[in-house]
Amino acid sequence: MKKRYLTQKVGFSLLVIAALVVVLPILLVIGIIVARGIGAIDWTYLTTMPLEGMKEGGIFPAILGTLLLTLGTAVAAIPVGVGGAIYLSEYARDTVLTRAIRLAIINLAGIPSVVYGLFGLGLFVLFLNFGTSILAGSLTLAIMTMPIIISSAEEALRAVPTEFRTVSASLGGSRWQGIRHIVLPQALPGIITGVILGLLRAAGETAPILFTVAAFYLPRLPRSIFDQTMALPYHLYVISTQVPGMPVQMQYGTALVLLIFVLSLNIFASVIRSYYRRKREW
Amino acid sequence: MPKTKINIKNISYFYGEKQALNNVTLDVPEKEITVFFGPAGGGKTTILRLINRLNDLVEGTKLEGKIYVDGRDIYSPETNVPDLRRQVGMVFALPLPLPGTVRENVLYGPMLAHINGRAQEDEILYRSLSQAALWDEVKDRLDDPASELSGGQQQRLCIARSLALEPDVLLLDEPTSGLDPISTAKVEESLFALKEEYTIIIVPHSIQQAGRVADRAAFFLMGELIEYKPGKELFTNPQQEKTEDYITGRFG
Amino acid sequence: MNPPDKTQRNWSTFFIEALIRLLGFSSIGFVLLIFLFLLQEGIPAFFQVPLGNLLSELWYPTFDLYGILPLLLGSLLITLTAILIAVPLSVGTAVLVREAAPPWVREVLKPMIEALAGIPSVVLGFLGMTLVAPIVQKLGAPTGLTAFTGALILAYMSMPTIISVAEDALDTVPKSYRDAGLSMGATKWQTIWRVVVPAARSGIVTAVMLGLGRAIGETMAVMMVTGNAARMPLSLDSLFRPARTMTATIAAEMGEVAHGSIHYHMLFGIGLILFTLTFIINLIAASTIFKKRKKGGLR
Repeated sequence: MKKRYLTQKVGFSLLVIAALVVVLPILLVIGIIVARGIGAIDWTYLTTMPLEGMKEGGIFPAILGTLLLTLGTAVAAIPVGVGGAIYLSEYARDTVLTRAIRLAIINLAGIPSVVYGLFGLGLFVLFLNFGTSILAGSLTLAIMTMPIIISSAEEALRAVPTEFRTVSASLGGSRWQGIRHIVLPQALPGIITGVILGLLRAAGETAPILFTVAAFYLPRLPRSIFDQTMALPYHLYVISTQVPGMPVQMQYGTALVLLIFVLSLNIFASVIRSYYRRKREW
Repeated sequence: MPKTKINIKNISYFYGEKQALNNVTLDVPEKEITVFFGPAGGGKTTILRLINRLNDLVEGTKLEGKIYVDGRDIYSPETNVPDLRRQVGMVFALPLPLPGTVRENVLYGPMLAHINGRAQEDEILYRSLSQAALWDEVKDRLDDPASELSGGQQQRLCIARSLALEPDVLLLDEPTSGLDPISTAKVEESLFALKEEYTIIIVPHSIQQAGRVADRAAFFLMGELIEYKPGKELFTNPQQEKTEDYITGRFG
Repeated sequence: MNPPDKTQRNWSTFFIEALIRLLGFSSIGFVLLIFLFLLQEGIPAFFQVPLGNLLSELWYPTFDLYGILPLLLGSLLITLTAILIAVPLSVGTAVLVREAAPPWVREVLKPMIEALAGIPSVVLGFLGMTLVAPIVQKLGAPTGLTAFTGALILAYMSMPTIISVAEDALDTVPKSYRDAGLSMGATKWQTIWRVVVPAARSGIVTAVMLGLGRAIGETMAVMMVTGNAARMPLSLDSLFRPARTMTATIAAEMGEVAHGSIHYHMLFGIGLILFTLTFIINLIAASTIFKKRKKGGLR
């Protein structure tokens, strides 16, 4: 009898150790980036062009580039993703075709990001002749983001009680009217959360933009969507592997800016989620 | 005998393999309260949901037979289903207010039908909430969330919401099942007032309620229509043994 | 009652619904499109390069040597090591937060794990280079940029996926199973490992497969910390030597190749292999998901 409980005690302790091994490095890593990067960040760093082979000056073009790419991704991915989710949740019946769609989405979510990069290069840059451009990069990131948006938006739509759809129909509403006036507004917070999670993934990705848009160094800002741009993740890659003698603080500064961008989106998403979960009436 | 509003002709209905209705035929008269009653699973709710085609939303079902409203076959391809549902309103067993305010709930149907304009909206609000005997209680709370009303108020709001569309027919599926006796009495009172203008079909939540409100009553058992006649006759002098057994409480 | 613009409105509804259907089908279109492009650009490589060359142990594109084995084995070595590290830690964490610990533990851990999932791979790669590599080197490796360094980073990158899917799997095990276990006199510990975890087995397999798919496709972090030497990882110490993955090869070399060259097609060919591998892995993961759905939609 005693031995069994001893085993249990040892076992639970092992689980706690496992969890600590998972979590402590996360805290450590975030702490180190903040501690070493915070010194690099000031107004000049955030708002000026890089100087002296990127070893001095700021990272403004990279920040702007990442914002533009994220925006471009949002414009392309949100309608397609949310539309696809509405189809799956509200229109699709359980047929072979629907199963094929679900399988396709699961697979899209699993395709390596660098393969998306190849695809973007093949389709957008070369075949459609967009060149290495913000347009090509955004579209590549959008296709990569789509499955994330579809699955989370579908989940949000399905969480809206069926009865609302029935009531809407009973009051002379077409299926689309029920979706537009009841289901979508109710699912919106969940959809927004999913969209943000998708976009922050896109914002942090490097591999898909390597051959579709990213510029190693561009001494000016992009002029149109057919222009190249610098981007934060690629910039961090460049200054940590390709530029010898790069000041460490500049590297950590870039890492910190990227991390703040991504994690604040993350926190924003969970705030929306928990706020509306408390507020909703069902 | 008043004019017939709804003809139900030889209806059989299947959910997949399971038969829910078997060859049901009956005529529902205009501007009276017709009661569909019987033990659970008898097909009462199913037949209600067939009359305004809400069962279209359920997958894997099969319908045989015809239903006519005002002499028109509602399952013919020419039927505009949203228009039919505006003509034949429905109130559900549980109060199901839509998310939003009292006002938004009442005006939801009219909004979908593109009826708007302040004056018209106010008129609809007053008329339908009064008809549902709710106006006095909510006239100062029109912009409060509907979910803050009491259960009984919510159910009358749902009735008002259907009435906002000025339907000809009102289908009520156990509309008082979740309510206390006082709220129940209020809902029943409003029904009596409504039958002056509307054809009402109600699935009552008890035999007693069936007896109280029925002009005509239909007894359903396991998908079959057992007996259908004026309420007083049926409850005092049932012809079928099964009906009598059920009314006197020998089963169900 | 009858608005004048009725037909027009029906047309716009019809249009919107048609569009939604189209968008619903689009995912299939994208998968097919990706596959077709990889085929079109990748297949030529397998005809242009002799089989003996393809299956050789040397990847030196400058000398027209396109042996993919070192890359394939490099990917496998790093990915499998990463999974070996990640699975016990992740499943342990999932079991802890779902079965053993009070709810506040989950409330504390969950946001941190979500944060980990949100950290861009290039940031982790950078930290791997500057923080982890020096430690690995101190442990006796000739350089800090090794397969093991990559595996370690990859392990952490796949943990959020494995933990959250495994948690969901544990969550679907009915409470009655636990009660049954405890009522037969088993300790909580025994109930967890003999009843609950086996009942959640298929979900945990899904979790591991998804983690595997995530790890094998990871690019930037791996490229930055593994040293990128295309050598056959056959000796025992391979784990502590530099290695090179398929993903890193594409990322590192695609920028410099001439479009339409053998090297270009070869990189697409590697992309095709990666696509196929992840497709199979996800198919296995998905099949357990679909099976679970069939058994009972309601829980």
